[in-house]
Amino acid sequence: MTKWYEKSGDQGDVILSTRIRLARNIKEYPFPGRLSLDQRQKVEKAVCGSVGQCMQLIGSPYRFINMEDISKTDAVSLVERHLVSPEFISDTRGRGLILSDDESVSIMINEEDHLRIQVMREGLALDQAYSVADKLDTLLNERLDFAFDERLGYLTQCPTNLGTGMRASLMLHLPALQESGVMGRVANSLSKLGLAIRGIYGEGSEPVGAIYQLSNQVTLGLSEKEAIENLGRIAMQLVSQERAARKTLSKNIETQDSICRSLGILQNARMLTNDEFMKLLSKIRIGISEGLIPNISYDKLNALMVRVQPATIMLPGGQTLSPAQRDVLRAKTVREALAPVG
Amino acid sequence: MLCQACGKNPATTHVKTIINGELTEYSLCADCAQKMGYGNLFPGFGMNVGSLLSSFFGPQISSSPSLEVQRCPGCGSSFEDIARAGRVGCAECYHTFYDRLLPSIQKIHGNTKHCGKHPSGSMLKVKPEEGLQVMTENKVPSGETLLEEKRRLMKEAVEAQNFEEAAKLRDEIKELERGDQK
Repeated sequence: MTKWYEKSGDQGDVILSTRIRLARNIKEYPFPGRLSLDQRQKVEKAVCGSVGQCMQLIGSPYRFINMEDISKTDAVSLVERHLVSPEFISDTRGRGLILSDDESVSIMINEEDHLRIQVMREGLALDQAYSVADKLDTLLNERLDFAFDERLGYLTQCPTNLGTGMRASLMLHLPALQESGVMGRVANSLSKLGLAIRGIYGEGSEPVGAIYQLSNQVTLGLSEKEAIENLGRIAMQLVSQERAARKTLSKNIETQDSICRSLGILQNARMLTNDEFMKLLSKIRIGISEGLIPNISYDKLNALMVRVQPATIMLPGGQTLSPAQRDVLRAKTVREALAPVG
Repeated sequence: MLCQACGKNPATTHVKTIINGELTEYSLCADCAQKMGYGNLFPGFGMNVGSLLSSFFGPQISSSPSLEVQRCPGCGSSFEDIARAGRVGCAECYHTFYDRLLPSIQKIHGNTKHCGKHPSGSMLKVKPEEGLQVMTENKVPSGETLLEEKRRLMKEAVEAQNFEEAAKLRDEIKELERGDQK
Protein backbone atom coordinates (compact mmCIF):
# COMPACT_ATOMS: atom_id res chain seq x y z
CA MET A 1 0.00 0.00 0.00
CA THR A 2 1.31 3.48 -0.88
CA LYS A 3 2.11 5.42 2.26
CA TRP A 4 0.90 8.99 2.61
CA TYR A 5 4.50 10.31 2.57
CA GLU A 6 5.27 8.74 -0.79
CA LYS A 7 3.21 11.41 -2.52
CA SER A 8 3.29 15.17 -2.87
CA GLY A 9 0.28 17.43 -2.49
CA ASP A 10 -1.09 20.94 -2.75
CA GLN A 11 1.66 23.63 -2.65
CA GLY A 12 4.08 20.69 -2.80
CA ASP A 13 7.04 22.85 -3.91
CA VAL A 14 7.18 24.37 -0.41
CA ILE A 15 4.72 22.51 1.84
CA LEU A 16 5.77 18.90 2.31
CA SER A 17 3.07 17.76 4.68
CA THR A 18 0.26 18.57 7.08
CA ARG A 19 -0.32 17.13 10.50
CA ILE A 20 -3.23 17.47 12.91
CA ARG A 21 -2.80 16.14 16.41
CA LEU A 22 -5.47 15.99 19.11
CA ALA A 23 -4.64 15.43 22.78
CA ARG A 24 -7.31 13.52 24.70
CA ASN A 25 -7.52 11.89 28.12
CA ILE A 26 -9.91 9.37 29.57
CA LYS A 27 -11.76 10.91 32.50
CA GLU A 28 -11.49 8.04 34.95
CA TYR A 29 -7.70 7.71 34.89
CA PRO A 30 -5.02 10.15 36.11
CA PHE A 31 -2.85 11.64 33.35
CA PRO A 32 0.02 9.40 32.10
CA GLY A 33 2.66 11.00 34.36
CA ARG A 34 0.71 9.69 37.36
CA LEU A 35 -0.26 6.27 35.99
CA SER A 36 1.14 3.05 37.40
CA LEU A 37 2.25 0.46 34.85
CA ASP A 38 -0.90 -1.51 35.61
CA GLN A 39 -3.07 1.53 34.94
CA ARG A 40 -1.17 2.30 31.74
CA GLN A 41 -2.04 -1.15 30.51
CA LYS A 42 -5.68 -0.60 31.45
CA VAL A 43 -5.74 2.64 29.44
CA GLU A 44 -4.14 0.82 26.53
CA LYS A 45 -6.74 -1.91 26.76
CA ALA A 46 -9.61 0.56 26.92
CA VAL A 47 -8.36 2.38 23.81
CA CYS A 48 -7.71 -0.84 21.89
CA GLY A 49 -11.16 -2.11 22.81
CA SER A 50 -12.83 0.92 21.27
CA VAL A 51 -10.59 1.78 18.38
CA GLY A 52 -11.40 -1.14 16.06
CA GLN A 53 -14.93 -0.05 15.18
CA CYS A 54 -13.86 3.60 14.90
CA MET A 55 -11.06 2.90 12.43
CA GLN A 56 -13.48 0.75 10.45
CA LEU A 57 -16.00 3.59 10.35
CA ILE A 58 -13.43 6.03 8.97
CA GLY A 59 -12.35 3.36 6.48
CA SER A 60 -8.80 2.83 7.72
CA PRO A 61 -7.49 -0.70 8.13
CA TYR A 62 -4.91 -0.59 10.92
CA ARG A 63 -2.61 -2.54 13.18
CA PHE A 64 -1.68 -2.24 16.83
CA ILE A 65 1.99 -2.01 17.78
CA ASN A 66 2.99 -2.70 21.35
CA MET A 67 6.00 -0.42 21.77
CA GLU A 68 7.63 -2.85 24.21
CA ASP A 69 7.75 -5.52 21.53
CA ILE A 70 9.57 -3.71 18.74
CA SER A 71 13.29 -3.23 18.15
CA LYS A 72 15.12 0.02 18.70
CA THR A 73 15.57 0.44 14.95
CA ASP A 74 11.84 -0.01 14.37
CA ALA A 75 11.08 2.54 17.07
CA VAL A 76 13.50 5.15 15.71
CA SER A 77 12.12 4.59 12.23
CA LEU A 78 8.64 5.46 13.56
CA VAL A 79 10.06 8.81 14.66
CA GLU A 80 11.76 9.32 11.29
CA ARG A 81 8.41 8.71 9.61
CA HIS A 82 6.89 11.35 11.96
CA LEU A 83 4.46 8.82 13.42
CA VAL A 84 5.59 9.09 17.03
CA SER A 85 7.58 11.61 19.09
CA PRO A 86 11.13 11.01 20.35
CA GLU A 87 9.67 11.23 23.85
CA PHE A 88 7.33 8.32 23.04
CA ILE A 89 10.18 5.90 22.32
CA SER A 90 12.40 7.05 25.20
CA ASP A 91 10.34 4.91 27.59
CA THR A 92 8.19 2.28 25.93
CA ARG A 93 6.57 0.70 29.02
CA GLY A 94 2.80 0.55 28.74
CA ARG A 95 2.84 2.44 25.48
CA GLY A 96 1.18 1.41 22.26
CA LEU A 97 0.55 2.71 18.78
CA ILE A 98 -2.47 2.35 16.53
CA LEU A 99 -1.32 2.76 12.94
CA SER A 100 -3.39 2.78 9.76
CA ASP A 101 -2.04 0.80 6.80
CA ASP A 102 -1.18 3.92 4.78
CA GLU A 103 0.35 5.39 8.00
CA SER A 104 -1.72 8.56 7.69
CA VAL A 105 -3.74 7.93 10.86
CA SER A 106 -2.12 7.03 14.13
CA ILE A 107 -2.91 7.11 17.82
CA MET A 108 -0.14 7.20 20.40
CA ILE A 109 -1.37 5.62 23.61
CA ASN A 110 0.08 6.91 26.90
CA GLU A 111 2.41 9.52 25.51
CA GLU A 112 2.03 12.84 27.32
CA ASP A 113 -1.72 12.30 27.22
CA HIS A 114 -3.70 9.04 27.13
CA LEU A 115 -4.42 9.52 23.45
CA ARG A 116 -2.66 11.53 20.82
CA ILE A 117 -4.76 11.22 17.69
CA GLN A 118 -2.72 12.14 14.65
CA VAL A 119 -3.63 12.56 11.00
CA MET A 120 -1.03 13.27 8.33
CA ARG A 121 -1.48 14.37 4.73
CA GLU A 122 0.89 15.27 1.91
CA GLY A 123 1.13 18.98 1.00
CA LEU A 124 -1.22 21.59 2.40
CA ALA A 125 -4.39 19.82 3.56
CA LEU A 126 -5.36 21.26 6.93
CA ASP A 127 -9.12 20.99 6.43
CA GLN A 128 -9.01 17.44 5.11
CA ALA A 129 -6.68 16.26 7.87
CA TYR A 130 -8.74 17.98 10.57
CA SER A 131 -11.97 16.50 9.30
CA VAL A 132 -10.57 12.96 9.63
CA ALA A 133 -9.14 13.66 13.10
CA ASP A 134 -12.42 15.27 14.19
CA LYS A 135 -14.46 12.32 13.00
CA LEU A 136 -12.19 9.79 14.69
CA ASP A 137 -12.27 11.83 17.90
CA THR A 138 -16.08 11.99 17.88
CA LEU A 139 -16.34 8.25 17.31
CA LEU A 140 -13.85 7.49 20.07
CA ASN A 141 -15.63 9.82 22.46
CA GLU A 142 -18.84 7.84 21.96
CA ARG A 143 -16.98 4.88 23.46
CA LEU A 144 -14.50 6.55 25.83
CA ASP A 145 -15.38 9.33 28.24
CA PHE A 146 -12.89 12.14 27.53
CA ALA A 147 -11.94 14.63 30.23
CA PHE A 148 -13.57 17.95 29.36
CA ASP A 149 -14.38 21.14 31.22
CA GLU A 150 -16.88 23.76 30.04
CA ARG A 151 -14.42 26.58 30.71
CA LEU A 152 -11.08 24.99 29.87
CA GLY A 153 -12.12 22.60 27.11
CA TYR A 154 -10.32 19.27 26.72
CA LEU A 155 -8.16 18.69 29.79
CA THR A 156 -4.55 17.77 29.13
CA GLN A 157 -1.54 16.90 31.23
CA CYS A 158 0.30 20.01 30.12
CA PRO A 159 -1.66 23.29 30.30
CA THR A 160 -0.14 24.32 26.96
CA ASN A 161 -2.59 21.94 25.20
CA LEU A 162 -5.77 22.91 27.06
CA GLY A 163 -8.86 23.88 25.10
CA THR A 164 -9.02 22.26 21.71
CA GLY A 165 -6.02 20.04 22.48
CA MET A 166 -5.22 20.54 18.83
CA ARG A 167 -1.79 21.10 17.40
CA ALA A 168 -1.82 21.68 13.65
CA SER A 169 1.52 21.70 11.90
CA LEU A 170 2.92 22.09 8.43
CA MET A 171 6.29 20.87 7.28
CA LEU A 172 7.82 23.55 5.10
CA HIS A 173 10.88 23.61 2.86
CA LEU A 174 12.31 27.13 3.13
CA PRO A 175 15.84 27.06 1.67
CA ALA A 176 15.71 30.51 0.06
CA LEU A 177 14.43 32.21 3.21
CA GLN A 178 17.05 30.38 5.24
CA GLU A 179 19.75 31.42 2.77
CA SER A 180 18.71 35.06 3.00
CA GLY A 181 19.14 34.91 6.78
CA VAL A 182 15.66 36.03 7.77
CA MET A 183 14.49 32.91 9.63
CA GLY A 184 15.39 34.27 13.07
CA ARG A 185 13.26 37.33 12.45
CA VAL A 186 10.44 35.26 10.99
CA ALA A 187 10.45 32.99 14.06
CA ASN A 188 10.29 36.01 16.32
CA SER A 189 7.31 37.61 14.63
CA LEU A 190 5.50 34.28 14.34
CA SER A 191 5.77 33.74 18.09
CA LYS A 192 3.88 37.00 18.58
CA LEU A 193 1.10 35.59 16.41
CA GLY A 194 0.79 32.49 18.56
CA LEU A 195 2.70 30.27 16.13
CA ALA A 196 6.06 28.54 16.37
CA ILE A 197 8.49 27.55 13.67
CA ARG A 198 11.42 25.23 14.16
CA GLY A 199 13.88 23.13 12.24
CA ILE A 200 13.14 19.44 11.97
CA TYR A 201 16.41 17.81 10.98
CA GLY A 202 19.80 18.40 12.51
CA GLU A 203 20.92 19.76 15.83
CA GLY A 204 22.45 23.10 14.89
CA SER A 205 20.63 26.39 14.75
CA GLU A 206 20.47 26.05 10.96
CA PRO A 207 18.24 23.07 10.25
CA VAL A 208 19.78 20.62 7.80
CA GLY A 209 17.94 20.65 4.48
CA ALA A 210 16.02 23.81 5.42
CA ILE A 211 12.97 21.84 6.57
CA TYR A 212 10.89 23.59 9.18
CA GLN A 213 7.76 22.83 11.13
CA LEU A 214 5.20 25.58 11.57
CA SER A 215 2.54 25.01 14.22
CA ASN A 216 -0.05 26.76 16.34
CA GLN A 217 0.81 27.32 20.00
CA VAL A 218 -2.46 28.71 21.33
CA THR A 219 -5.16 26.11 21.92
CA LEU A 220 -7.45 27.92 24.34
CA GLY A 221 -9.81 30.68 23.26
CA LEU A 222 -9.62 29.85 19.58
CA SER A 223 -11.81 27.32 17.83
CA GLU A 224 -10.21 24.55 15.77
CA LYS A 225 -11.44 26.26 12.62
CA GLU A 226 -9.93 29.62 13.56
CA ALA A 227 -6.61 28.06 14.53
CA ILE A 228 -6.41 26.18 11.24
CA GLU A 229 -7.37 29.21 9.16
CA ASN A 230 -4.82 31.33 10.96
CA LEU A 231 -2.07 28.76 10.42
CA GLY A 232 -2.98 28.24 6.77
CA ARG A 233 -3.04 31.95 6.04
CA ILE A 234 0.37 32.58 7.57
CA ALA A 235 1.82 29.49 5.90
CA MET A 236 0.70 30.82 2.52
CA GLN A 237 2.46 34.12 3.23
CA LEU A 238 5.65 32.21 3.95
CA VAL A 239 5.11 30.17 0.80
CA SER A 240 4.87 33.25 -1.41
CA GLN A 241 7.91 34.84 0.26
CA GLU A 242 9.86 31.65 -0.22
CA ARG A 243 8.86 31.46 -3.89
CA ALA A 244 9.89 35.06 -4.51
CA ALA A 245 13.22 34.48 -2.76
CA ARG A 246 13.82 31.34 -4.86
CA LYS A 247 13.23 33.29 -8.06
CA THR A 248 15.87 35.84 -7.08
CA LEU A 249 18.29 33.24 -5.79
CA SER A 250 18.09 31.01 -8.85
CA LYS A 251 18.99 33.83 -11.26
CA ASN A 252 22.48 33.66 -9.84
CA ILE A 253 24.74 31.44 -11.96
CA GLU A 254 26.57 30.24 -8.85
CA THR A 255 23.30 29.01 -7.36
CA GLN A 256 22.42 27.28 -10.64
CA ASP A 257 25.83 25.67 -10.68
CA SER A 258 25.46 24.46 -7.13
CA ILE A 259 21.98 23.02 -7.80
CA CYS A 260 23.08 21.11 -10.89
CA ARG A 261 26.26 19.85 -9.22
CA SER A 262 24.12 18.57 -6.33
CA LEU A 263 22.23 16.35 -8.73
CA GLY A 264 25.56 15.14 -10.11
CA ILE A 265 26.69 14.12 -6.63
CA LEU A 266 23.43 12.35 -5.77
CA GLN A 267 23.52 10.44 -9.07
CA ASN A 268 27.11 9.35 -8.63
CA ALA A 269 28.18 9.26 -5.00
CA ARG A 270 29.24 5.94 -3.48
CA MET A 271 28.80 7.08 0.10
CA LEU A 272 26.32 9.62 1.45
CA THR A 273 25.80 10.68 5.05
CA ASN A 274 22.26 11.64 5.93
CA ASP A 275 23.26 15.27 6.49
CA GLU A 276 24.88 15.51 3.08
CA PHE A 277 21.90 13.83 1.48
CA MET A 278 19.46 16.25 3.14
CA LYS A 279 21.52 19.27 2.05
CA LEU A 280 21.73 18.08 -1.56
CA LEU A 281 18.07 17.09 -1.61
CA SER A 282 17.20 20.63 -0.59
CA LYS A 283 19.05 21.95 -3.65
CA ILE A 284 17.32 19.45 -5.93
CA ARG A 285 13.93 20.61 -4.69
CA ILE A 286 14.79 24.22 -5.61
CA GLY A 287 16.09 22.95 -8.95
CA ILE A 288 12.72 21.37 -9.69
CA SER A 289 10.67 24.39 -8.65
CA GLU A 290 12.86 26.76 -10.69
CA GLY A 291 12.83 24.54 -13.77
CA LEU A 292 16.52 23.66 -13.64
CA ILE A 293 15.95 19.95 -13.07
CA PRO A 294 13.39 18.18 -15.24
CA ASN A 295 12.12 14.60 -14.92
CA ILE A 296 12.27 14.27 -11.16
CA SER A 297 9.02 14.49 -9.19
CA TYR A 298 8.43 15.72 -5.65
CA ASP A 299 6.62 12.41 -5.01
CA LYS A 300 9.83 10.55 -5.67
CA LEU A 301 11.87 12.86 -3.44
CA ASN A 302 9.35 12.70 -0.59
CA ALA A 303 9.41 8.92 -0.63
CA LEU A 304 13.21 8.85 -0.91
CA MET A 305 13.68 11.27 1.97
CA VAL A 306 11.89 8.93 4.36
CA ARG A 307 13.37 5.75 2.91
CA VAL A 308 17.03 6.66 3.47
CA GLN A 309 16.76 8.02 7.03
CA PRO A 310 19.32 6.29 9.29
CA ALA A 311 17.00 3.78 10.97
CA THR A 312 14.42 3.43 8.20
CA ILE A 313 17.09 2.50 5.66
CA MET A 314 17.94 -0.61 7.73
CA LEU A 315 14.36 -1.92 7.85
CA PRO A 316 14.13 -3.74 4.48
CA GLY A 317 17.37 -5.67 5.08
CA GLY A 318 16.47 -6.37 8.69
CA GLN A 319 20.11 -6.00 9.72
CA THR A 320 21.89 -3.51 11.91
CA LEU A 321 24.40 -1.60 9.81
CA SER A 322 27.33 0.58 10.83
CA PRO A 323 27.10 4.27 9.89
CA ALA A 324 29.57 3.68 7.03
CA GLN A 325 27.55 0.73 5.71
CA ARG A 326 24.43 2.86 5.87
CA ASP A 327 26.17 5.61 3.89
CA VAL A 328 27.03 3.10 1.15
CA LEU A 329 23.47 1.76 1.07
CA ARG A 330 22.05 5.29 1.09
CA ALA A 331 24.21 6.30 -1.88
CA LYS A 332 23.12 3.20 -3.78
CA THR A 333 19.42 3.75 -3.05
CA VAL A 334 19.62 7.40 -4.08
CA ARG A 335 21.63 6.60 -7.23
CA GLU A 336 19.03 4.10 -8.34
CA ALA A 337 16.10 6.39 -7.58
CA LEU A 338 17.59 9.40 -9.36
CA ALA A 339 19.28 7.62 -12.28
CA PRO A 340 19.11 9.74 -15.46
CA VAL A 341 16.24 8.67 -17.72
CA GLY A 342 17.14 7.04 -21.05
CA MET B 1 26.32 22.34 31.07
CA LEU B 2 26.79 24.69 28.15
CA CYS B 3 24.33 25.12 25.28
CA GLN B 4 25.14 22.62 22.53
CA ALA B 5 24.18 25.04 19.77
CA CYS B 6 26.19 28.16 20.67
CA GLY B 7 28.56 26.65 23.24
CA LYS B 8 28.49 29.89 25.22
CA ASN B 9 25.55 30.15 27.59
CA PRO B 10 24.38 27.66 30.22
CA ALA B 11 21.77 25.22 28.90
CA THR B 12 18.28 25.45 30.36
CA THR B 13 16.07 23.66 27.83
CA HIS B 14 16.43 19.95 27.14
CA VAL B 15 15.05 18.51 23.95
CA LYS B 16 14.74 14.84 23.05
CA THR B 17 15.39 14.23 19.40
CA ILE B 18 16.68 11.70 16.91
CA ILE B 19 20.12 12.48 15.54
CA ASN B 20 21.55 10.15 12.95
CA GLY B 21 19.38 7.25 14.02
CA GLU B 22 20.01 7.63 17.74
CA LEU B 23 17.64 8.93 20.39
CA THR B 24 19.54 11.86 21.85
CA GLU B 25 18.82 14.53 24.39
CA TYR B 26 20.44 17.84 23.67
CA SER B 27 20.58 20.95 25.71
CA LEU B 28 20.07 24.54 24.66
CA CYS B 29 20.34 27.94 26.31
CA ALA B 30 17.23 30.09 26.43
CA ASP B 31 18.38 32.22 23.48
CA CYS B 32 19.09 29.30 21.16
CA ALA B 33 15.92 27.50 22.25
CA GLN B 34 13.95 30.60 21.35
CA LYS B 35 15.78 30.98 18.02
CA MET B 36 15.16 27.34 17.17
CA GLY B 37 11.48 27.52 17.97
CA TYR B 38 11.56 25.56 21.22
CA GLY B 39 10.62 28.62 23.22
CA ASN B 40 6.99 29.58 23.31
CA LEU B 41 5.15 32.81 23.70
CA PHE B 42 7.31 33.98 26.53
CA PRO B 43 10.94 34.62 25.82
CA GLY B 44 13.00 33.85 28.88
CA PHE B 45 10.81 31.07 30.15
CA GLY B 46 11.90 28.61 27.48
CA MET B 47 9.60 25.71 26.79
CA ASN B 48 9.79 24.43 30.30
CA VAL B 49 6.33 25.07 31.63
CA GLY B 50 7.48 23.68 34.94
CA SER B 51 9.78 26.60 35.47
CA LEU B 52 7.13 28.88 34.04
CA LEU B 53 4.58 27.77 36.59
CA SER B 54 6.96 27.67 39.50
CA SER B 55 8.53 31.03 38.75
CA PHE B 56 5.07 32.45 38.44
CA PHE B 57 3.81 31.00 41.66
CA GLY B 58 7.08 30.83 43.53
CA PRO B 59 6.77 34.00 45.61
CA GLN B 60 3.13 33.33 46.31
CA ILE B 61 3.85 29.87 47.65
CA SER B 62 6.67 30.89 49.96
CA SER B 63 4.78 33.87 51.36
CA SER B 64 1.99 31.71 52.73
CA PRO B 65 3.71 28.95 54.68
CA SER B 66 0.88 28.71 57.20
CA LEU B 67 -1.50 27.48 54.49
CA GLU B 68 -2.34 23.82 54.86
CA VAL B 69 -1.37 21.76 51.82
CA GLN B 70 -4.40 21.14 49.68
CA ARG B 71 -4.39 17.89 47.70
CA CYS B 72 -6.40 16.91 44.67
CA PRO B 73 -9.01 14.31 45.68
CA GLY B 74 -8.56 12.65 42.27
CA CYS B 75 -4.84 11.89 42.29
CA GLY B 76 -3.37 13.32 45.50
CA SER B 77 -1.25 15.97 43.77
CA SER B 78 -0.61 19.19 45.63
CA PHE B 79 -0.42 22.44 43.73
CA GLU B 80 3.31 22.49 44.46
CA ASP B 81 3.68 19.08 42.78
CA ILE B 82 2.03 20.46 39.68
CA ALA B 83 4.08 23.65 39.62
CA ARG B 84 7.32 21.73 40.10
CA ALA B 85 6.63 19.16 37.36
CA GLY B 86 4.89 21.56 34.99
CA ARG B 87 2.37 18.77 34.56
CA VAL B 88 -1.11 18.47 35.94
CA GLY B 89 -1.90 15.20 37.75
CA CYS B 90 -5.41 14.43 36.55
CA ALA B 91 -8.57 16.02 35.18
CA GLU B 92 -9.83 16.64 38.71
CA CYS B 93 -6.74 18.81 39.48
CA TYR B 94 -8.10 21.46 37.12
CA HIS B 95 -11.20 21.75 39.31
CA THR B 96 -9.33 21.57 42.59
CA PHE B 97 -6.73 24.17 41.67
CA TYR B 98 -8.73 26.11 39.10
CA ASP B 99 -8.14 29.53 40.66
CA ARG B 100 -4.45 28.97 41.18
CA LEU B 101 -3.86 27.55 37.70
CA LEU B 102 -5.82 30.24 35.92
CA PRO B 103 -3.15 32.98 35.89
CA SER B 104 -0.59 30.76 34.19
CA ILE B 105 -3.19 29.41 31.76
CA GLN B 106 -3.99 33.03 30.93
CA LYS B 107 -0.30 33.67 30.45
CA ILE B 108 0.21 30.67 28.17
CA HIS B 109 -2.81 31.18 25.93
CA GLY B 110 -3.75 34.81 26.48
CA ASN B 111 -7.21 33.47 27.18
CA THR B 112 -9.02 31.28 29.70
CA LYS B 113 -12.23 30.39 27.92
CA HIS B 114 -12.53 27.41 25.60
CA CYS B 115 -14.34 28.03 22.37
CA GLY B 116 -14.12 25.03 20.13
CA LYS B 117 -15.31 21.49 19.91
CA HIS B 118 -17.57 20.18 22.66
CA PRO B 119 -17.80 16.42 23.28
CA SER B 120 -21.57 16.53 23.47
CA GLY B 121 -21.62 18.13 20.05
CA SER B 122 -23.13 21.37 21.35
CA MET B 123 -21.48 23.23 18.48
CA LEU B 124 -24.18 21.66 16.35
CA LYS B 125 -27.29 23.68 16.96
CA VAL B 126 -30.45 22.52 15.31
CA LYS B 127 -32.90 25.10 14.12
CA PRO B 128 -35.99 23.23 12.95
CA GLU B 129 -36.71 25.66 10.11
CA GLU B 130 -33.16 25.55 8.77
CA GLY B 131 -32.12 22.03 9.54
CA LEU B 132 -28.65 21.34 10.89
CA GLN B 133 -26.42 24.36 11.16
CA VAL B 134 -22.87 24.50 12.35
CA MET B 135 -22.14 27.27 14.80
CA THR B 136 -18.47 28.09 14.97
CA GLU B 137 -18.63 30.20 18.10
CA ASN B 138 -20.84 30.79 21.07
CA LYS B 139 -21.38 34.50 20.54
CA VAL B 140 -22.88 36.33 23.48
CA PRO B 141 -25.56 38.59 22.05
CA SER B 142 -26.00 41.03 24.91
CA GLY B 143 -23.76 42.48 27.62
CA GLU B 144 -20.82 41.83 25.36
CA THR B 145 -19.09 45.16 25.79
CA LEU B 146 -19.19 45.03 29.57
CA LEU B 147 -18.01 41.44 29.53
CA GLU B 148 -15.21 42.28 27.15
CA GLU B 149 -14.13 45.21 29.28
CA LYS B 150 -14.02 43.06 32.41
CA ARG B 151 -12.05 40.40 30.58
CA ARG B 152 -9.53 42.98 29.44
CA LEU B 153 -9.24 44.42 32.94
CA MET B 154 -8.76 40.93 34.34
CA LYS B 155 -6.04 40.24 31.80
CA GLU B 156 -4.28 43.45 32.77
CA ALA B 157 -4.61 42.66 36.46
CA VAL B 158 -3.09 39.22 35.87
CA GLU B 159 -0.24 40.73 33.91
CA ALA B 160 0.41 43.16 36.73
CA GLN B 161 0.28 40.15 39.10
CA ASN B 162 -2.57 41.85 40.92
CA PHE B 163 -4.32 38.62 41.75
CA GLU B 164 -6.86 39.99 44.22
CA GLU B 165 -8.25 42.37 41.64
CA ALA B 166 -8.13 39.63 39.00
CA ALA B 167 -10.08 37.23 41.21
CA LYS B 168 -12.71 39.88 41.88
CA LEU B 169 -13.08 40.55 38.16
CA ARG B 170 -13.20 36.86 37.42
CA ASP B 171 -16.16 36.43 39.78
CA GLU B 172 -17.92 39.37 38.14
CA ILE B 173 -17.30 37.87 34.72
CA LYS B 174 -18.67 34.52 35.87
CA GLU B 175 -21.75 36.31 37.16
CA LEU B 176 -22.24 38.05 33.81
CA GLU B 177 -21.75 34.84 31.86
CA ARG B 178 -24.25 33.06 34.04
CA GLY B 179 -26.75 35.87 33.48
CA ASP B 180 -26.36 35.48 29.74
CA GLN B 181 -27.03 31.81 29.76
CA LYS B 182 -30.40 32.24 31.46
